[in-house]
Amino acid sequence: MADAPQIPDEAEVRARWGAFAWTAENAEKAKAVIARYPAGRQRSAVMPLLDLAQRQVGAETQTQGWLPVPVIEYVAAELDMPFIRAYEVATFYTMYNLVPVGRYHVQVCGTTPCLLRGSDDVMAACKNRGMVKGKTTPDGLFTLTEVECMGTCTNAPMVQINDDNYEDLDFDSMSRILDDLAAGKQPKTGTQNANRHTSEPEGGPTTLKEMVSSNHDYRKEW
Amino acid sequence: MLADKDRIFTNLYGFQPWNLKSAQARGDWDKTKDLMKRGQDAIIEEIKASGLRGRGGAGFPTGLKWSFMPKEPRADRPSFLVINADESEPGSCKDREIIRHDPHKLIEGALIAGFAMRARAAYIYIRGEFIREAETLFAAVQEAYDAGLLGKNAAKSGYDFDVFVHRGAGAYICGEETAMIESLEGKKGQPRLKPPFPAGAGLYGCPTTVNNVESIAVVPTILRRGASWFSSFGRENNKGTKLFQISGHVNTPCVVEEEMSIPFRELIDKHCGGIRGGWDNLLAVIPGGSSVPLVPAAEIMDCPMDFDGLKAVGSGLGTAAAIVMDKSTDVVQAISRISYFYKHESCGQCTPCREGTGWMWRVMERLRTGDADIGEIDTLYDVTKQVEGHTICALGDAAAWPIQGLIKHFRPEIERRIRDNGGVLEAAE
Repeated sequence: MADAPQIPDEAEVRARWGAFAWTAENAEKAKAVIARYPAGRQRSAVMPLLDLAQRQVGAETQTQGWLPVPVIEYVAAELDMPFIRAYEVATFYTMYNLVPVGRYHVQVCGTTPCLLRGSDDVMAACKNRGMVKGKTTPDGLFTLTEVECMGTCTNAPMVQINDDNYEDLDFDSMSRILDDLAAGKQPKTGTQNANRHTSEPEGGPTTLKEMVSSNHDYRKEW
Repeated sequence: MLADKDRIFTNLYGFQPWNLKSAQARGDWDKTKDLMKRGQDAIIEEIKASGLRGRGGAGFPTGLKWSFMPKEPRADRPSFLVINADESEPGSCKDREIIRHDPHKLIEGALIAGFAMRARAAYIYIRGEFIREAETLFAAVQEAYDAGLLGKNAAKSGYDFDVFVHRGAGAYICGEETAMIESLEGKKGQPRLKPPFPAGAGLYGCPTTVNNVESIAVVPTILRRGASWFSSFGRENNKGTKLFQISGHVNTPCVVEEEMSIPFRELIDKHCGGIRGGWDNLLAVIPGGSSVPLVPAAEIMDCPMDFDGLKAVGSGLGTAAAIVMDKSTDVVQAISRISYFYKHESCGQCTPCREGTGWMWRVMERLRTGDADIGEIDTLYDVTKQVEGHTICALGDAAAWPIQGLIKHFRPEIERRIRDNGGVLEAAE
């Protein structure tokens, strides 16, 4: 926890976020989320609701959002649970941002499978744009984080930016993606390798080749 | 090589749409009602006979696990099926492909498995970082509800069953079954002491079975084609087909469904275009995701990729995620990065793991640069032995094993670095 971020100044944050409440649309979503769990077990909804709250904060600030203490209090009150229990959850899971982040949250995977395929080059492309690990760029555009395995290892190295993955990267493709984002353009998501579709071997699948062109039904061959 | 007609996940690569209509054209949700009509015990027996072992890493027989669930759940204590889609083991990326390209196999499997174990509902716990994948899964579940395949009288079977999706928020430890249950209850994902086992008291204190995505998604096909079909693949005790994920220094990394027990060399040559720089350039392989010990080239080359084959070379099948390293790899760095992963992901509940993972990583970093004494290699080994087996869950073991594997197989390399750095030769004598 030594490297845990310091929560920004409480009074200032409270002034800005003390009146946080769901938008009409999110209030509906929150209701649907709570309905997924048995009656009396609404606490189970704390994770999805914290995520929803973070997204609402993000929408209001044109960033990827974060969880100021008053917002966590609001979610805890919605679920009739003690604040500290919700705060524990917010601090335990890495996807809840406890400090503001930029418009694009660049999460570079650096775990061994990505490391072996060149995640250092991807990180270098970020640093080349003036990004610093754990910091937001002065223009508020990019926050750089090194994350642990994102479960895309056969398409390593990869980065998750906001809600999308960019896979099979190298220094050049990563630089291009960052350039596009900075210019307000949406780069192609998924694999950046022109010879791949998803996780099949580069150059075309070695199996299930019929599936490439048509929705083949293999039951006829059983 | 496995024939295409015997592959379960035909849309593995997502060349075709995942939606219900396309999935049905491929054979999913085909007379699900008739499969369920066979009865709960018959389904469990069929799964037992198929030899299916859990695909999440531990390899526990799936049918047997289901049979631990109460035969007559009390109304005030319903049973739950929890499906573990918190795929976070470095190297693993198979559940993601199932969820985003063939979600209906999973949802149909959830209904059948949930019915067989007499569960009231299934919760699919998908890791938070799978954002687009979760969107697909939510939409697929909704499609199934809209088509009457879930909910009241699911698939016209007369059985009421719900499937809910729960998104995680970034914690590897939630892949541990009791941590997952804690997390589902809205708490920090810290594993529980066992016993009680989840089948006795799990989610909300009710009987619960936690299964991996792949274990559940293969169930409908096994029932359709019969236990004997599934058990015709692989060696005794290691039956069936399996999604292998090969990452690292192969020419074409990929996810591919193959027979269990396929020799490593055949798997790599057929699907991955061989090792980068040829077979002579192979250094070592981590064959089952980051928590199993690495295996040096000579031992892995012709090893059958299954539970027993990899156990025989001192490692494990885990999730069948092979991380391949060629001779250009800094093997100490590769393992040190895994140590950092476990340091980052330790939930902090048990002292040996919380303190040990950080300590082990710091020593690993010094061994990487050679800034250490030779004697510290043994000290490190001793500490891994003190962490292993002394924690509530297996994360401590998982952090210890890769280091033990490294010391066992690459001790001369570590010693060389220390000597090159001017370290002292002592203590080892």
